[in-house]
Amino acid sequence: MTREQVVLEDVTRVAGVKSALLVSADDGLVVAESSIEGQEVDAAAAFSSRLAQRLAVLTRTLKTPPMSVLLLQATLGQLFVVSGADGLLLVAVTSNDVNIGEVRLALLDAAGRLH
Amino acid sequence: MRAIEPWVEQPLSTFVTEAQVRVALLMTSSGQVVAQHGFTRSLDVMTAAALGAGIVASTRALAAETAAGGFGAVVHQGGKLGVYLAPFEMPGAQWIGLAVFGPDTSLGMVQLFFGRLIEDLAKTAPRSAPAREVLPETFEDDLNSSLRALFGR
Repeated sequence: MTREQVVLEDVTRVAGVKSALLVSADDGLVVAESSIEGQEVDAAAAFSSRLAQRLAVLTRTLKTPPMSVLLLQATLGQLFVVSGADGLLLVAVTSNDVNIGEVRLALLDAAGRLH
Repeated sequence: MRAIEPWVEQPLSTFVTEAQVRVALLMTSSGQVVAQHGFTRSLDVMTAAALGAGIVASTRALAAETAAGGFGAVVHQGGKLGVYLAPFEMPGAQWIGLAVFGPDTSLGMVQLFFGRLIEDLAKTAPRSAPAREVLPETFEDDLNSSLRALFGR
């Protein structure tokens, strides 16, 4: 098991996390993943990358600091995106009843360990 | 957008919109154009179809030579534009999809929606239509008639 997968597995141990992904920020491709069986991760990776890119344009336009955590809440779940090192994004797909603070901390901790 | 087969238009249009690609081309494995979006000159379509079919044939031969079992998509990413080229199975034939995309989308998005395009095409393909055999000796005539239909000339 690679170092990246070990770090991602720690994120998926948080209750309610369905998938933790390391995604190429430019391409939206999955670099490493840890998921509950049967989870579709390609779509989450592709959309996370596009969302992060669009948000980066927005923050530059508004002259505000770049995003630290992006949270997208939907009807059936939530998507967390954190900037990682070397042009990578850390992404978590969770259910709606997850502890947001816990997931946020787990992702920021994982991003720090991958630096 | 122009298409030889009308049922291809909606899935291809959805793909172009969702994946935000600049150019899209669907062709058979022999280079016969089925539908195109974004090309303005027939020569460009002809060249892209011939090159795309050639690249897929070359990679297939390379896969056979190296006992790799087969390759999937071929992606070339440049500084400003990327090219996504992938063969896929349709009832009775192998087709090839070619998409040119810029920085306004990503490879992940193109790959994701290309997968959906294949699913949509498989769903909308007429079930009763007989598989059309592509004969090498009629290739040029077929290509020219396809181009006339695609560009209305």
